[in-house]
Amino acid sequence: MTQPVSPPLDSSTDKVPPAGPPAWRGLLIRADVRTLSLLGVLAVLILIGGITKPDEFLDTRNLQLVLTQASVIGVVTVGMTFVIVSGGIDLSVGAIVALASVWATTVATQEYGFAGILFTAIVVGVGCGLVNGVLIAYGAMVPFIATLAMLASARGLALQITDGKTQIVTVPSVLDLGERDAYVLGIPPLVMVFAVVTVIGWLVLNRTTFGRRTVAVGGNPEAARLAGIDVRRQRLYLYLLSGLCCGIAAFLLIVLAGSGQNTNGNLYELDAIAAAIIGGTLLTGGRGTITGSVLGVLIFTTITNIFALNNLQSDVQQIAKGAIIVAAVLVQRRTASTT
Amino acid sequence: MPEHMPFASRRGLLFGAAAVSAGALITGCTSNEPSDSKDEPAGNNQPAADDKPGKQVTIGFAGPQADHGWLNAINDNAKSRAEKYSDVTLEITEGSNDTAQQIGQIETLINKKVDVLVVLPADGKALTQVGLKAMRAGIPVVNLDRIFNTPQAYRCWIGGDNYGMGLNAGHYIGEKLKGKSGARVIELAGLDNLELTKQRTQGFDDALKNYPDIKKVARQAAEFTVESGQAKMAQLLQAQPKFDALWNHDDDQGVGALRAIEQAGRDDFLMVGGAGALSAFQAIKQDDGVLKATVLYPPTMAASAIDLARALGQSKGIGGLAEFEIPSSLTLYSAVVDKTNVDQYMSTGFK
Repeated sequence: MTQPVSPPLDSSTDKVPPAGPPAWRGLLIRADVRTLSLLGVLAVLILIGGITKPDEFLDTRNLQLVLTQASVIGVVTVGMTFVIVSGGIDLSVGAIVALASVWATTVATQEYGFAGILFTAIVVGVGCGLVNGVLIAYGAMVPFIATLAMLASARGLALQITDGKTQIVTVPSVLDLGERDAYVLGIPPLVMVFAVVTVIGWLVLNRTTFGRRTVAVGGNPEAARLAGIDVRRQRLYLYLLSGLCCGIAAFLLIVLAGSGQNTNGNLYELDAIAAAIIGGTLLTGGRGTITGSVLGVLIFTTITNIFALNNLQSDVQQIAKGAIIVAAVLVQRRTASTT
Repeated sequence: MPEHMPFASRRGLLFGAAAVSAGALITGCTSNEPSDSKDEPAGNNQPAADDKPGKQVTIGFAGPQADHGWLNAINDNAKSRAEKYSDVTLEITEGSNDTAQQIGQIETLINKKVDVLVVLPADGKALTQVGLKAMRAGIPVVNLDRIFNTPQAYRCWIGGDNYGMGLNAGHYIGEKLKGKSGARVIELAGLDNLELTKQRTQGFDDALKNYPDIKKVARQAAEFTVESGQAKMAQLLQAQPKFDALWNHDDDQGVGALRAIEQAGRDDFLMVGGAGALSAFQAIKQDDGVLKATVLYPPTMAASAIDLARALGQSKGIGGLAEFEIPSSLTLYSAVVDKTNVDQYMSTGFK
């Protein structure tokens, strides 16, 4: 991994700004080249979409669709960003989403209605995150291995619970949340949840001690420990946080797809990691932004949308997706080295 | 090919023919008689084959990992069909999607010297060698659905008709839209890296060629999952503000597709599904949505495979056919199930 020119903590534009200049001014100045280049990519995509399919792409419904489809993976990516910033990785997110979604939609749970489904999804997500966290923080397991093990067992358990069957949701209040009637000022509830998670994630990473500690642990765990940070407890919390995000995402997916299936959340781990990396998060830890990750998710979702609107086949879509990951990272390298 | 095999001895054949004429052995799988609908796998509900206990047969079954409604129904159908026969012992391996693991499992069954093998391979081509190995060891193989590379690797193949699914879906839509000029049709395909998806699309396109007024305007591939069905269908609906019919390759992803259609508030077209899930049958019966029909890819083929394996083990043929032996291949029919005949198929619907 190429290290940034300046020390990681200083090059991070999301670190807590020194007190003084007004917040907005500070934000504008700090909207670094990386974020701007991502916004540029998104703008180019929107232009392409607008030119190729003006009627379908530049349509309120399409905007709602793109944001809705970004919501589930977006929430997962916010949690993933924290983990990667701390120098870890969570390969189990997709499997946790699957497990949480099927557990929350088994018939016994559906009898308790909306609250039962929401509660189960979150408890299962947090529970899996807790296991990951304990194994990594106190069992001294490498995150890659611990979460790989969770990936395998959570998928297995999801398959066992469902017996391969699709758990169709029959609770009207859950389903209604995905309907057009539930939109407030044209914003789907799923998108609102995504927005709230994003804002909270941004605040926690940039404006709290917890966020500073996360960056410090990722930058240099030993230095963080010497500075008095309980590195193990911090790691435990981070995997809990990722699990919580998976639980929320599982609930959103239940609303969106109207069912729980053991194949849910397939390859979310790779999508979330890809979005975080495109967003400028270092896989080695110590640097990363929620804004970047969310922009990464939006870029991917917009690409998928444009492909579908233009009726491109999945092989072309996959090739282009790969090319865009490479291109985005290369652009960032250039812009990063010139700042 | 079979003359060196013990089960094909002349006496065996004569006995077999006599026994078969006493009762229809396989009728259960080809008959369309309605059956009592109970909440159990369909195989049990079908009209009985020759239930008289014959020679004891041990059938080895190596099935798929049941991570999908249809595959789960395959395993259920095989198990419950075998339980029906007092003369059948089923040696079942844990389902697997892993080629190497499944080869190991089949070799174990060969070593156990089962009388007949029923194999639904994770990958037909990759498992050809182990099929050959079983045949050489004198164990006839009933190859279920995903076909081995060479007929030498199986005694009998039984499976669904992917091309026929597309063909029948295309004809159904074609007839429904007849007389409508400039009709637009879209397709929500399954996993594009599977050969069967291409066959389904080819059949569909070939059928539509009979209807010059109909144009297929879009096709997107999903992944056979509810989640992918919802996502891809939502995009398709946005991309195509107006169309007349939709063919969706798979009822499981259809659950998601229907959800997307409902969320978009669209009801201006007719939808045809594929496979034969219980939820699809119920929706067709209720007839309050866009889903009007589904083309079958029946999981009851696993029950039929057990019947064929039993017949092989007992050296019998199929009732209703003049042949002394079971055929070397059986391609099932992809019937169109719509409101008019859905009751008849309800019991075969898988969850």
